[in-house]
Amino acid sequence: MNAAVLDIGLRHFLLVSLVVFALGLYCVLTRKNAIGILMGVELILNSANINYIAFSHFSSGRYDGQIFAVFVIMLAAAEAVIGLAIVLGIYQNFATIDVEATDNLQG
Amino acid sequence: MPIGALIFYLLVTLTIGSALVVALSRNIVYSAFSLLGTFMGVAGLYALLAADFVAVIQILVYVGGILVLIVFAVMLTHRIDDVAVSNRSVGRLPAAFIVGAVGVIMGVGVVAARWAQKADVQAAPTTYGIGDAFLGPYILPFELASVVLLVVLIGAVVVSRKEIRGEAGSES
Repeated sequence: MNAAVLDIGLRHFLLVSLVVFALGLYCVLTRKNAIGILMGVELILNSANINYIAFSHFSSGRYDGQIFAVFVIMLAAAEAVIGLAIVLGIYQNFATIDVEATDNLQG
Repeated sequence: MPIGALIFYLLVTLTIGSALVVALSRNIVYSAFSLLGTFMGVAGLYALLAADFVAVIQILVYVGGILVLIVFAVMLTHRIDDVAVSNRSVGRLPAAFIVGAVGVIMGVGVVAARWAQKADVQAAPTTYGIGDAFLGPYILPFELASVVLLVVLIGAVVVSRKEIRGEAGSES
């Protein structure tokens, strides 16, 4: 195998993050289940964190990227808690969490 | 094959394989448990990038918190009998087209760009520096984070509580 495959550098991590982001985007776009959409959002946030830490390691060498990653993890936890609370509220009212069935406000 | 590259590709296989199941599985329980593989793989990538503190935080918060929360929500919102085809997808073709276009554009950008890179990349323990930065230049966002978490705690209780109707005339 050649050096571009074996010598792990910044681009490898960015490409991994790109694949995870694409899968998260696909999940958000296609899911009908509200919890499935939240899982896609978690994938996207994880891919952003990989980018932050890869740049922190390879490019800046300082802690700023890791600190932003910690803040992103904190906000992801907050988003998951509020999102799932809203999902449970929807389930109590509609007895389903299919996002296409909850169209009471549609004109 | 050098050991670093071997570990990297093992972690990438774990991460992307689990993410594929999360995005494509028709059963939401499989999706929820596959998130475990993705989060663990990403934590391993953090450790490979010498971010030991963030890797541990990832396992504590994501695996120990968010994942348990998601599994609880799945169990609370599905009956046992309708869980087999519980995570349907719509509009696969346009979504795949959009995702493919975005992926190709970003992939070309990632490969073609000349990223600024340090000459010497070293791995050092990060906890001391992160703690120092949290209590130094990042003290304001750090304190704001605690306020946000308090608001989220109260908000989650308010949003998801069950209203108990009292007698007619009394408040709920």
